[in-house]
Amino acid sequence: MSEIYISKEKFPEVVGQLMSHGRVFGPVFQGQFHEFARLDKPEDIDLSFQNTRLSPKDLFHPHSERMFTYSLAKDDPERSILKEAPKDYSPSVVLGIRPCDAKAFQLDDRNFDTETIKDPWWVERRKTTTLVGLACNDPCNTCFCTSMETGPFDASGLDVLMVDVGDGYVARSVTDKGKECLSTLKGVQTVPAQAAEKEAQAKKAAEESMGQVLDMKPIYEKNTLELFHDPLWEEVHFSCINCGTCTFVCPTCWCFDIQDEVQGDSGERLRLWDSCMFPLFTFHGSGHNPRSQKIQRVRQRFMHKLKYYPEKYKDGPACVGCGRCVKGCPVNIDIRHVARLMAASCSCPA
Amino acid sequence: MRNPYLPYPVRIESIVTETEDRNLKTFKFVFLNKEDEEAFKYTPGQFAELSVPGQGEIPIGIASSPTEKGFIMFTVNKVGRVSSFMHNMQEGDIMGVRGPMGNWYPWETLEGKNVVIVGGGFAFTTLRSSIVYMLHPDNRSRFGNIDVVYGARMPGLLLYKEELAAWEQRDDIGMHITVDSTDDPNWKYNVGFVPAVTKEKAPTAENSYAIICGPPIMIKFTLPVLTELGFPPERIISSLEMRMKCGIGICGRCNLGTEYVCKDGPVFTLQELAQLPNEY
Repeated sequence: MSEIYISKEKFPEVVGQLMSHGRVFGPVFQGQFHEFARLDKPEDIDLSFQNTRLSPKDLFHPHSERMFTYSLAKDDPERSILKEAPKDYSPSVVLGIRPCDAKAFQLDDRNFDTETIKDPWWVERRKTTTLVGLACNDPCNTCFCTSMETGPFDASGLDVLMVDVGDGYVARSVTDKGKECLSTLKGVQTVPAQAAEKEAQAKKAAEESMGQVLDMKPIYEKNTLELFHDPLWEEVHFSCINCGTCTFVCPTCWCFDIQDEVQGDSGERLRLWDSCMFPLFTFHGSGHNPRSQKIQRVRQRFMHKLKYYPEKYKDGPACVGCGRCVKGCPVNIDIRHVARLMAASCSCPA
Repeated sequence: MRNPYLPYPVRIESIVTETEDRNLKTFKFVFLNKEDEEAFKYTPGQFAELSVPGQGEIPIGIASSPTEKGFIMFTVNKVGRVSSFMHNMQEGDIMGVRGPMGNWYPWETLEGKNVVIVGGGFAFTTLRSSIVYMLHPDNRSRFGNIDVVYGARMPGLLLYKEELAAWEQRDDIGMHITVDSTDDPNWKYNVGFVPAVTKEKAPTAENSYAIICGPPIMIKFTLPVLTELGFPPERIISSLEMRMKCGIGICGRCNLGTEYVCKDGPVFTLQELAQLPNEY
């Protein structure tokens, strides 16, 4: 593995070098918020952010994606035959992604990239993208990654981890892909001794500022059906308005809908983000709906993240503690509070 | 690996109106490419996404049996946008099929066992596939007694009437066709609800498995009958319906707890269902 030091003065030049090799995406200040976007020029990137409002999941799983196109023209011999829509799979770098979001993609991989079924678009984009992350020196008060098996300096989902050490960045490769990325850079320095020291201090301070706020173990140990039928959902769902914001901003909410759109004689099949908060999500053609009630939909979201996913994959939760749902919820539903209720729920006879 | 969202193009070879209310039509499809037909290897109990460009896709049980070559067959109830559109399509039209999807009835487990099939209404499609499969000369000796209780509200709503009549004539399958009521004086079969007919015909539970598909109300009242006859939950098999999109366990909407009905189901035993949240 390799490590380099990039001074802040040199940073725009290094971004420029990356841009000359392929597409580069990074946090850009747009309107009132930071969002991940493709950089037009090196100065567009703004690393003075805590986290972006939306997760960068749409870089791999776009909010709306053209899957197939087709002709419906009566005299077209190819009428009604679906053709794959062209995609841009040229190499790209996501620069400045937070460790939690990178970890989230690993959790999502389990859904899109399995032994028997592979989602071609997700898998191909993952393959051609290098994740150059930026450690969090200053986590938000809504962050709880350290309780969700990741952390502000967790390199496990990244190809390269950068740390802001004041006057520059220390960048360490984590994977071969990351090493290759760093090896292309010119005009960088070896890591000065005091920078490494500052890095360790920043890590300690960031992790300590969050601490362990949740113990997930009792949730894993509980019986699924007991948790499912627990009265706690009455309290949790009460204020929810099913707006779907939590699922929209979440880096591990991958659910999608498939729809056809037609204009004139040509049509396309689209894949669009969907949400378990919406009644239509499970609405049968017959009119029956297994999750017609709000309480069922709210329960599904939290149970999926904190119970079903860990149980299915024998791993931690489908949550990385980025806190976006906590920040974005219009009625202040807090997944940390829900997790505590789930952990504490008592199955004693009423 | 082939793109799992890309349907195989098929041509509608024939359309048959099954029921007198005209709400059910059976579509026979022929693959446009021979290699696609070979790739589409299925087992009774599985389903596929029928894909109509410009309309969308619907998950439908496969009604043909893999022992029937050269075509695949689906019976489609007219309920929503895609199925209504399909009801207005013509023989010769081109559309798509994605699949096969999901698990199937546990044929290896059923080997050497008696099989009791209980079906109601239009949920008889994968059951037809199963009966045709079991009655095939290559397969019949693999199973013990085969009993079928199949009911509809009235005679005009039964599916596959000619085949039912042909099976009635055979001595290697016990057919118990029933209707809730009829004013047809020539009606030759049973009159009564499926649970009552099941109880009356009382197929043996010894060394037997039951496969039950039908409307929830029929299942609700038939399960106690099967239990009374001695079928334990691990030998009662059912198939679930769900709203689906991808059909391959990715899009996230058809789960019961940890299990996706499209990929881990649609076939579950009653014992398996008892362990899962009852959101179906």
